[in-house]
Amino acid sequence: MSKTHIQFKLNGSEVETLVEPRELLIHVIREQLGQTGSHIGCETSHCGACTVDLNGESLKSCTILAVQANGAEVATVEGLAASGELHAVQEAFMQEHGLQCGFCTPGMLMRSYRFLQENPNPTEEDIRQGMSGNLCRCTGYQNIVKAIQVAAVKLQAK
Amino acid sequence: MIPSAFEYHAATSVADAVSMLGQYGEEAKILAGGHSLLPMMKLRFAEPAHLIDINGIEELRGVREEGGNICIGAMTTENQLIASQLLWDKCPLIPQAAKLVADPQVRNRGTIGGDIAHGDPGNDHPAIMLALGASFVLVGPNGERKVPAGDFFLGTYFTLLEEGEMMTEIQVPIPAAGSGCGYSKLKRKTGDYATAAAAVQLQLSGDVCSNITISLTNVAPCSFIATDASEYLTGKIIDESLISEAAEKVMAACDPAEDLRGDIEYKTSMAGEMARRAIRQALTNAKGE
Repeated sequence: MSKTHIQFKLNGSEVETLVEPRELLIHVIREQLGQTGSHIGCETSHCGACTVDLNGESLKSCTILAVQANGAEVATVEGLAASGELHAVQEAFMQEHGLQCGFCTPGMLMRSYRFLQENPNPTEEDIRQGMSGNLCRCTGYQNIVKAIQVAAVKLQAK
Repeated sequence: MIPSAFEYHAATSVADAVSMLGQYGEEAKILAGGHSLLPMMKLRFAEPAHLIDINGIEELRGVREEGGNICIGAMTTENQLIASQLLWDKCPLIPQAAKLVADPQVRNRGTIGGDIAHGDPGNDHPAIMLALGASFVLVGPNGERKVPAGDFFLGTYFTLLEEGEMMTEIQVPIPAAGSGCGYSKLKRKTGDYATAAAAVQLQLSGDVCSNITISLTNVAPCSFIATDASEYLTGKIIDESLISEAAEKVMAACDPAEDLRGDIEYKTSMAGEMARRAIRQALTNAKGE
């Protein structure tokens, strides 16, 4: 199968690679570009572990072809911390114990990062709705919701 | 899970996409939001040799008002529908239903045209389109045709779309003043298809319901209008006992398949309950309560 050349911005840096059209964005990010923060969970667009930011929107990178990211700006969990400092959502998840096994966390962080830009001052109900595309099998969501509430306050204070 | 191999083509215009559809014939599939097609391709339920991506066609996105109609580009995403003030003002049934589709990430990709053209009885927009009396603009090698939603859905994954045709626009007549709408959907969890769902669009003149359409999601091989129930309520002052009667007629029209969401009896019963709730919702909405 012939390969297609694609290039896009990944966490602020230009990257380029050759992909088969059938390759999914999550596979290219992890296997070709070595950024293994985003996880492959269900591969059916249910669990949200592969959530990344593409042109300022959250999406599940298991359900988009890598060729469709050509020319786009993509952000993954690796891009959240700036100059060695954790992002407010990362700090908040740590403080509030918003994770146990950590498998869903990269997706949770990327979704909450985008969600808090869409809705900087959310109610608890808003958070539960806004995060409804991300599944966690450990925490029961209580501390994830708390972490996002704390992150919202941290971001507002900045 | 990776789909089997295919050739990828990014269409730059509707004409470009239609010409490629003509060139590759039945080996080609249109890629809209991809949240039904890509999962099917991973599972080898679909193995198109050519995928024609229409995400780059900007003219297919957006909501506008034109001559008494709301015109929605087929590639308008669920989240764009939810963000449209024009829809909330003139045709709230569409964004109300869009909020119940899948989850926030999926709603950034999933499109109204894809949801309709896929022909899946579990998708939400077909019933919404039936309730609203919408029309679909289909473009093919012989030009454009406009078909009513009522004629479009023929069976599971089976629609009026001919080989070589694509959907470009959805046209919805703007409901008159005094109208009301409701969509009631039962699902096991976020992201699931409906166990059963009912859409209602109605019109009141005074207390009398002068016009009503009740349509159903996922309780038959394709979405359908519950004609008997709708006719039964037309011209009447709707009260609780009439709602119960209508729900019985809705249930009589259901033909669900048994699956993990439930058996036939349960799904039929839930369709009745969803209809009751959607009718009440639409009445409240019409009265501005």
